[in-house]
Amino acid sequence: MAAAMKRFTRARGLLGMLALAAIAAGLAPLLAADQAAAQAKPGKLTIGIVTFLSGGAAGPFGVPARNGAEILIENLNQGKLPAPYTDKGVGGVPIETVFVDESGGATRQVTELRNLVQRQQVDLVIGYISSGDCLAVAPVAEELKKLTVLFDCGTPRIFEDQPHKYVFRTAGHAILDSVGAARYLLSRKPNLKSIAGINQNYAWGQDSWNDFKASVLALKPGVTEASVQFPKLFAGQYGAEISALLGASPEAVHSSFWGGDLEALILQGAPRGLFDKTQVVLSTGETVLARLGRQLPDGVIVGGRGPHGPLAPDNELNRWLIAAYQERYATPATYPVYHVAQAILGVKAAYEKAIKANGGKWPTQDQVIAAFEHLTFETPSGPIAMANGKGHQAIEGTAYGVSKLDPGTGRSRVVDVVRYEPACVNPPEGVKSADWIASGFKGARCP
Amino acid sequence: MNVVAAIAVDGTIYAAWLFVMSVGLSLIYGVMRILNIAHGSLYALGAYAGASLVIAYVNHGYPPYLSYLVLFGAALLVGLIAGPLIERGVLRWAYGRDEIVLLLVTYSVFLILEDVTKLIWGVNAYNASQPYALLGRVSVAGLVYSVYDFMVVGFAVLVGAILWWVFNRTHAGRLILAVIHDQEVSLAMGINVPRMYLAAFTGGAALAALGGALTAPMISVVPGISVEVIVLAFAVVVVGGLGSLEGAALGALIVGLARSASVHLLPQIELFVIYGVMALVLVLRPQGLFGRAEVRRI
Amino acid sequence: MAGRATVVTGVVTVALAIAGAWLPTWALFLLTVALGKGLAVLGLVFLMRAGLVSFGQGLYYAAGAYTVGFLSDRVGIHDIFVAITAAAIVAVALAALVGLLMVQYREIFFAMLSLAFSMILYGLLVKNEAFGSTDGINVAPPAFAGMTLGLPGLRIALYLVVIAICVVVVYAAHRYVLSPLGYLAHAIKDGEVRVEYLGASVRRAVYAKYLVAAGLAGVSGALVSLAVGHIDPEMAYWTTSGEFVFVAVLGGTGGVLAPLLASVVFEVGRSFASAYSPYTWQLTLGVVMLLVILFLPRGLWSLLEVRGLARQR
Repeated sequence: MAAAMKRFTRARGLLGMLALAAIAAGLAPLLAADQAAAQAKPGKLTIGIVTFLSGGAAGPFGVPARNGAEILIENLNQGKLPAPYTDKGVGGVPIETVFVDESGGATRQVTELRNLVQRQQVDLVIGYISSGDCLAVAPVAEELKKLTVLFDCGTPRIFEDQPHKYVFRTAGHAILDSVGAARYLLSRKPNLKSIAGINQNYAWGQDSWNDFKASVLALKPGVTEASVQFPKLFAGQYGAEISALLGASPEAVHSSFWGGDLEALILQGAPRGLFDKTQVVLSTGETVLARLGRQLPDGVIVGGRGPHGPLAPDNELNRWLIAAYQERYATPATYPVYHVAQAILGVKAAYEKAIKANGGKWPTQDQVIAAFEHLTFETPSGPIAMANGKGHQAIEGTAYGVSKLDPGTGRSRVVDVVRYEPACVNPPEGVKSADWIASGFKGARCP
Repeated sequence: MNVVAAIAVDGTIYAAWLFVMSVGLSLIYGVMRILNIAHGSLYALGAYAGASLVIAYVNHGYPPYLSYLVLFGAALLVGLIAGPLIERGVLRWAYGRDEIVLLLVTYSVFLILEDVTKLIWGVNAYNASQPYALLGRVSVAGLVYSVYDFMVVGFAVLVGAILWWVFNRTHAGRLILAVIHDQEVSLAMGINVPRMYLAAFTGGAALAALGGALTAPMISVVPGISVEVIVLAFAVVVVGGLGSLEGAALGALIVGLARSASVHLLPQIELFVIYGVMALVLVLRPQGLFGRAEVRRI
Repeated sequence: MAGRATVVTGVVTVALAIAGAWLPTWALFLLTVALGKGLAVLGLVFLMRAGLVSFGQGLYYAAGAYTVGFLSDRVGIHDIFVAITAAAIVAVALAALVGLLMVQYREIFFAMLSLAFSMILYGLLVKNEAFGSTDGINVAPPAFAGMTLGLPGLRIALYLVVIAICVVVVYAAHRYVLSPLGYLAHAIKDGEVRVEYLGASVRRAVYAKYLVAAGLAGVSGALVSLAVGHIDPEMAYWTTSGEFVFVAVLGGTGGVLAPLLASVVFEVGRSFASAYSPYTWQLTLGVVMLLVILFLPRGLWSLLEVRGLARQR
């Protein structure tokens, strides 16, 4: 018996060693040498795309972004995009994608970026919806010297805290939402006296409220703050908050809620008269226009984090995107789709400009970066100019409108749309957003 | 708006929701001494099942007033399927081991169910708000509320009453109480404890799913709702005392009123209130308000 | 007795250190973070050997990380050794306070109270906009005793520092485990009242273990934050603590190297799981954990329990 036990224990030990050896052997081939920069035209351009594929942000943002990337790249590779992107792929080279789930937190994402760049050896990375992840990966992208295009995150801090060489952001940041909302609200309610807010208790919600409040006060000093609610992210139940807001009777209520929280707020607030008694401003409301349809009351001020979706301008690229996305995914394209389109088209435009400058030869990463800086390119959202952050941060205008149910389709449309030029809702180069608002928007050019 | 009245009404509504949501956790711990982290996933399963069944039901054009039965049916279905599957299929193999090991087993089940839910229902949000809107609104204490919220209160009371009746007036209930008090002696007395475990877990799972199904009409069912719920349920059950029905009710009431008060009076501390109350109770009376102090075995 | 184990540990350490020169940076980084986190798990294992499972090590982990962040961002101190020492001091000081309360609880209540405290810190950090709320802040790369290193050197130096600290800690842990305080852990787990009757103070022993675990978690937080270059309140969230518990169970409490080994396996495994099954990595993790709990009740370490290589302690 004892002998058998000894054998068993030794067998288990042997098994353990074999297991470890197997793991090591499995790892060995992956411990390959670093990639060498290729100058000859490559067979494919591999883009790592990092977006939320699980968790609460997947439904409203992550998956639409993934879908948008898929449909855009598929059609791009076949040359089916309208002008000026009729060439196949990027400079004739087809694009291949590697998708990575953005969930798990900043530490995890830093690890994943390193794996993406060094193990899977992608040519560039497009990604990051969460501001925390953007802030954490930017220095890592610099360390790895890999072109990384942030496509969605909202924090102004990326280029305002320090400049970056390898990091670009092809969408306007959250300042658009707050300043645009303030201006639009005051244009509809010039005698505004009091505001309230219900925002999620994390950086996005806190910053959105602070910027919105500061913008309103900069435009109309003396507006009072009636009730400021900060429920936990994903709380889902807002009965008490809605009661508090109703009881405080503010003239306007601002919310940067998104996803399930936004829908819950609307579903719980509308029957209780929240949308009748106050003017509600939803800075990411565009995402629920199609989804909630009849449950979204009319008259809600709605933003789309820029000129996206129903707030997008009418150009050929936009018409193509709307039709193609609707046909494939049976739902309208919302702003994450536009954001990822901006990133992909920006990359294409930069590469092709660099190719031209390089005499038709495939460019190095430094040449692409040089081409990307201060680039202006066409997108379904209109022209994007990489004007701030020393040419790395895009500025775009924004648009706000008011919801109105279309009884025929059962979806909400946006009416009374007002567009704001980029120079009206973005700080000038080199000025921090918070300072710009505090200075009363010095340097802004609004019609 | 009368602030005190608003706090009371909001607190009660939230407490009712908390009670239905967490009573299953308390039951499972009481009988099986397992802190079921998968409770949140069962809640989410109930919500998803309820939402998708109601959507299908309404689309078929059946009478909308019966959609409430669809919700209950969905919860029952989830409980009857997931409960035995988890208990017989997974938990059973870990009985007799440390409480913490069982907790980790339920944590693994939670991880698995998260992805299973995602695989079945995808990442998109499900909206089944017809039952919520159907009952209309009512004005209480100067504010407008949805009648559905009060229905949840009534339902919580009903669930509490039924559970109390089951435990105190039926034979099966007394058996379960015996098992809660002392498992070894119950076994010695001939009570089929494994069957009690199965019944308790299935019941707890069904109650968790019921919490989810009831909530589905007022929210948008999205991935991730389970994580929120776990912590809240823990807090309620800790405050009230693990394994106690009255404890779950009182715990829900305390947490509900505390949260409601903080939202109305001091919104900045809303994030801490729940953990603060939980820590306070753990410090002052660790077994909870209605829990029984565990006797240490020498 | 210690002979074989010490030799193996020594060989592994030297091998890892030398490998640092050849490993690609992603692997170096992965190992640095894995070993760094392994320290927190080691502290947790000390508590678990006494029968106390803490679901709130994130409290000290985050405290250590934010100390480093504060020093780096506000005070301008970048030296890694100062940072680690400061993190350990802050974590132990915090534990000295919280521990006074915690030592009175056991089992589920200990777990839940620890969870509650870590979530309170989480709430405080989320409210704190000065440190970026949930976005957190970046931590500048550290200096090594006055020297600032350029990039490839920095990663290797960080890796070597982590290995060095691990070696020191493992040695200290080995001595600790063989000391009366270490053996007391088993006794406490078996029967506290008996221990009291035998004249040892359970409360003091548990308090000491709690401080040690907190110190290790603080050092872990400091190292990981320096390696990753970023801190955020998520470090105090209960899922981070849950991850430490997961790794502790994965490795088992059988040996001092077990947590470190399990941490490496976990990090590598998770990294590959999310690369190859981005939509079902949670499922994979859950199934693996279940299998380990059910079939390897003493963790992965039990696979290595061959005479002389590892000893059941």
